[in-house]
Amino acid sequence: MELCRLTIHEAHELLMKGEISSAELTAAVFDRIEEVEDGVGAYITLVKDSAMADAANADEIIRQGNGGPLTGIPLAIKDVLCTEGIRTTCGSKILENFIPSFSSSVVSRFKEAHAVIIGKANMDEFAMGSSTEHSAFMPTRNPWDLTRIPGGSSGGSAAAVAADECIGAIGTDTGGSIRQPACHCGVVGMKPTYGRVSRFGLVAFASSLDQIGPITKDVTDSAILMNAICGHDPNDSTSVPREVPDYTKALQPGLEGLVVGIPKEYFAEGLDEDVAKAVHAAIEVIEGLGASRKSVSLPHTEYAVAVYYLIAPAEASSNLARYDGVRYGFRDKQADELIQMYRDTRSKGFGPEVQRRIIIGTYALSAGYYDAYYGKASQVRTLIMQDFNQAFETCDVLLAPVAPTPAFKLGEKVDDPLAMYLSDIFTLPSSLAGVAGISVPCGFSKDGLPIGLQLLSKHFDEEKLIKVAYNFEQATDFHVQSPNL
Amino acid sequence: MKITREEVVHVARLARLNLDDEAIELYTRQLGDILSYMDTLNRVDTEGVPSTSHAIFMNNAFREDEVKESIPAEKALGNAPQAEDGSFVVPKVIG
Repeated sequence: MELCRLTIHEAHELLMKGEISSAELTAAVFDRIEEVEDGVGAYITLVKDSAMADAANADEIIRQGNGGPLTGIPLAIKDVLCTEGIRTTCGSKILENFIPSFSSSVVSRFKEAHAVIIGKANMDEFAMGSSTEHSAFMPTRNPWDLTRIPGGSSGGSAAAVAADECIGAIGTDTGGSIRQPACHCGVVGMKPTYGRVSRFGLVAFASSLDQIGPITKDVTDSAILMNAICGHDPNDSTSVPREVPDYTKALQPGLEGLVVGIPKEYFAEGLDEDVAKAVHAAIEVIEGLGASRKSVSLPHTEYAVAVYYLIAPAEASSNLARYDGVRYGFRDKQADELIQMYRDTRSKGFGPEVQRRIIIGTYALSAGYYDAYYGKASQVRTLIMQDFNQAFETCDVLLAPVAPTPAFKLGEKVDDPLAMYLSDIFTLPSSLAGVAGISVPCGFSKDGLPIGLQLLSKHFDEEKLIKVAYNFEQATDFHVQSPNL
Repeated sequence: MKITREEVVHVARLARLNLDDEAIELYTRQLGDILSYMDTLNRVDTEGVPSTSHAIFMNNAFREDEVKESIPAEKALGNAPQAEDGSFVVPKVIG
């Protein structure tokens, strides 16, 4: 048995029975990293020494009979979440040497649960990108085909899970950055409802959209991580004070009476043939499990790319104003005058995509253009939300592809920002509406690349997503297939 | 709407970014394409539609105004590129 291949729940069971130790499990994960990381490039930072110490500590907790579902489980954390004492780069040169003085709430919860943090996963700089090629350090490669992108921006987290370089991972999703890489890497990615998970200690990109969520080997693990990370946090006033259910209770067979909405705009021309085939086959499977299907329309879908790429950069341009070379991060020391220091620092510290988005956002918010761009986009965002509200009046979940094509080649879209933005078309509308979404593996392309199925629910209805995704997963075997690395 | 070279220079200035000629050229072209695409929004009738800046309806989040421990100064200064006497040091502000 290769321990690195275990899921969270499988590893937990073996740990509890005393058949394996966290030290063995963690060592197996690091052996795997040693073996495949040169090709995949999932991590910016690895912390083997502290991970082995965490594992030894977890083994002691388990021996005392106090082990919980995450005790001793090796997890990868996207490098956008602050980890006390472990550098947190956000995939950017401007934070290359930043060592946070505190941990994000999600990481604190993992520490309290005695999980093992093994490293910080690669990402597009400041989570801006769909391919992880915008990392200032290196691109991550898709474990299913090393010439292709793993998706982004949580590409490191998704690739680490797919390549068994961790047992589970955390990503963040602003416009699809959990679901799309999960889809391209053949793993499960869940974006909870906006406000479900505390953003305290998450480096801000677009504050009205950013949300943290699990990337895992199966749906059961997703539910387990959701239990650990969801809930109100006094340190994040946008986290919602609402009771958190036990998501593992949604892992029940049977979809009788459930209505699945199929939004016609997500199956329009431009959808790759293999993707369309796999998603249509998934609809059949879900119907076969007792659910009924209903055709619905989300008429403002086509505007989501324009809305998102105005609102997210506008928020980013404001959030990223804090990187001025004064309190933390990189400073260019040539200038002898303050404003010039700001400009030199930011121009040398930020990569091209981040600078591009800061300029778009600043432009969209600037005098004379505010109403035409940011204002207009905020109004159309309301219409997109109304589309979802109406659809959820007649169906329990929506079913759609995650991405219009399987993973594209490295370099294919990196010089054409608009083409890259358009690849996010199926994940952006739900992010703008703040609803919950999950991506589960639903097939492979002719070239053997994973295809993902997207399920969406209304706000705070994640249990339904978990239930449908779990039933689909149990009826299929896509999630147990592994890349041949 | 097309963005002009002068507008790119102006916005970069507002955003505290230096752009060399090559970058100005590239961004003017790329942002022009992107903003032309954004103009598709003009097809949507938004007369009387309220704007959304937050996806979840929330009232103000109040808490008691209690004094709590804050991070110590040396920790706050721990990542500073330059610090001295418990303060951040910056280049001169007024020449």
